[in-house]
Amino acid sequence: MAAVSQSAMTAEPSVEKPKMTARNLDLFYSDNQALYEVNLDIAEQQVTALIGPSGCGKSTFLRCLNRMNDTIDGVTLKGEVTLDGRDIYDKRIDVVQLRARIGMVFQKPNPFPKTIYDNVAYGPRIHGLVNSRDELDEIVMTSLERAGLLKEVKDRLQSPATGLSGGQQQRLCIARAVAVSPEVILMDEPCSALDPIATAKVEELIDELRSNYTIVIVTHSMQQAARVSQRTAFFHLGKLVEVGETDQIFTNPKDERTKGYITGRFG
Amino acid sequence: MTDMASLMEDRAAAKVISDNLRKPVDWDSPKIARQIKKRYAAERRFKMYGLVAIGIALLALFVLVFSIGSKGYSAFYQTYVQLEITFDPAVIDPEGTGDPDVIGRANFDGLIKQALRERFPDVTSRSEKRNLYGIVSGGASYDLRERVLENPSLIGQTRTIWLISGDDFDMLNKGYIDPTVDEGDRRLNDQEVSWYNQLVEAGAVEKQFHSRFFTSGDSREPELAGIWGAAVGSFYTLLVTLALSFPIGVLAAVYLEEFAPKNRFTQIVEVNINNLAAVPSIVFGLLGLEVYLNVMHLPRSAPVVGGLTLALMTLPTIIIASRAAIKAVPPSIRQAALGLGASPVQTVTHHVLPLAMPGILTGTIIGMAQALGETAPLLMIGMVAFIVDIPGGALDPATVLPVQIYLWADSPERAFVEKTSAAIMVLLAFLVLMNGLAVYLRKKFERKW
Repeated sequence: MAAVSQSAMTAEPSVEKPKMTARNLDLFYSDNQALYEVNLDIAEQQVTALIGPSGCGKSTFLRCLNRMNDTIDGVTLKGEVTLDGRDIYDKRIDVVQLRARIGMVFQKPNPFPKTIYDNVAYGPRIHGLVNSRDELDEIVMTSLERAGLLKEVKDRLQSPATGLSGGQQQRLCIARAVAVSPEVILMDEPCSALDPIATAKVEELIDELRSNYTIVIVTHSMQQAARVSQRTAFFHLGKLVEVGETDQIFTNPKDERTKGYITGRFG
Repeated sequence: MTDMASLMEDRAAAKVISDNLRKPVDWDSPKIARQIKKRYAAERRFKMYGLVAIGIALLALFVLVFSIGSKGYSAFYQTYVQLEITFDPAVIDPEGTGDPDVIGRANFDGLIKQALRERFPDVTSRSEKRNLYGIVSGGASYDLRERVLENPSLIGQTRTIWLISGDDFDMLNKGYIDPTVDEGDRRLNDQEVSWYNQLVEAGAVEKQFHSRFFTSGDSREPELAGIWGAAVGSFYTLLVTLALSFPIGVLAAVYLEEFAPKNRFTQIVEVNINNLAAVPSIVFGLLGLEVYLNVMHLPRSAPVVGGLTLALMTLPTIIIASRAAIKAVPPSIRQAALGLGASPVQTVTHHVLPLAMPGILTGTIIGMAQALGETAPLLMIGMVAFIVDIPGGALDPATVLPVQIYLWADSPERAFVEKTSAAIMVLLAFLVLMNGLAVYLRKKFERKW
């Protein structure tokens, strides 16, 4: 049994043209090890879903990909994470620039308490991506358009973002991330605070965004993973148990634990 | 076998428990009814205790305000005496030059004394005359001079003019001196009281709004003493305090909350900031005396030194309030900014500080209000001096409102009692104003997320 899962693990993690890779990734919160020897490739312009029971390390892994774990005290990390073949934990890498290239959408919608316009314009402004008001307007409009929000908010760009509904707020957060033109977008359970209709909209959006961005999404909902992702990785107790084509993972899992989880026997 | 037995026992116990659990509850039984009644009674009692507590607090506030107000309101009025003043050219400007310098040096005091002697011609002895001159304040001659300088055509005329009265006369008019008690036990003798009565009968005594109280500095004469010098001193002192403690306090709070690593050193700093907040203010005064006056040789009694000293005292308050405000900013906002690629400093300046600002400002204003009411440390650095001039800057000698209250409370003249209460009212008015400002700013900058 163990031999089978071992082979499954080593056979699948690599893909043809990885946008990002993780190699032998160990992560510790002070003395507690949260990730064990994770090897995973993220394919370009695909949606990779990370699934697993609570506390399995999938969010932790996601936060390794844009170094958000740096902001937490007592985190140590071993191994290597690359973006386009370059180690992102290299000392010469500028974290600020890295996070502009790898955007993030969080579990709870967290718009800034500013206007809708300013929320989307914030990223381009701080990174100096625009030279004129017109350019900024254009970026804001295209970003909102891409996030499928423009139609709903174009008459009230100057009203506070916190007045939007939860689903709209989350799509605004996606628009905000998109506005910086990232290459990768990380999503940490983006629909867990949304109702089914808003969830459907966000899922549709993720599917559309795939053509331009590489997306990694953490989700608790296996249906969601099945619906939106092309590849799925199953985490359990800090280990990457199995990764493969989404179809294969859900129809023909190679590992007993994966099978147990997706059929609802544990987790 | 014993294992088996104990297992059976456990099973039996579990069955008893589950049987008990399954027993239906009679929600209408008298026992339950009693319990509900008891609970209602407890809630009513608790509400009543709360009301009693608020009542006591309000009563204390009312007693404070009433006692101060009832003692102090009379200080806003001042007794004036009407006299017929002859602007004798021989005294004011004997050579008819019309030169303001000459007029300014003239003996206006003499004119007033002459007018008093004419009003009460039967007064002859030296001591009686001295008492007579006490009806009018020593400051009245300055008013008279101002009048003549403003309008030189008065020279040579005779006019009836309202002159500010002396403090004892003022006290008699306000009813603080009882003319019915034994002559030896009061500040004014029978003759002085009779003069007063004659003047009242002639309609030559009246109370006017005492604007001088709000516009002049301190004085040995209660009727000439005002609060403005102390108010200006307080203003400069607080300005220096604010200019120092606000930026330093906020920067310290931001650093400790957002950037400092959590290690032993920052823990020690944290504990010591809390300790500093509890240090008696007089200790800061001694520190100020030693460091600012003895080592740095800054001017004694100056608002700049007072401000420096009070800044030390206010810093912990501002740091603690600012840290609490920064901590209350939801972490999701920081993550959103960091996730977009904002640098830590951009995250703080663009998002955290604006959101924490209402709390920071409230804490700062509370710290300032504390500093405004602080007396002890300022005594140490010489701001307790008797200063008549209104300070023109932070380096001029000055005193502050609470020290002025202390000085007046310490003065023997009866008229200073009402001045003390009036000064307290002014100080309280400033405090209410500042707290109101704190509430306003909090409401204005408050943003929801």
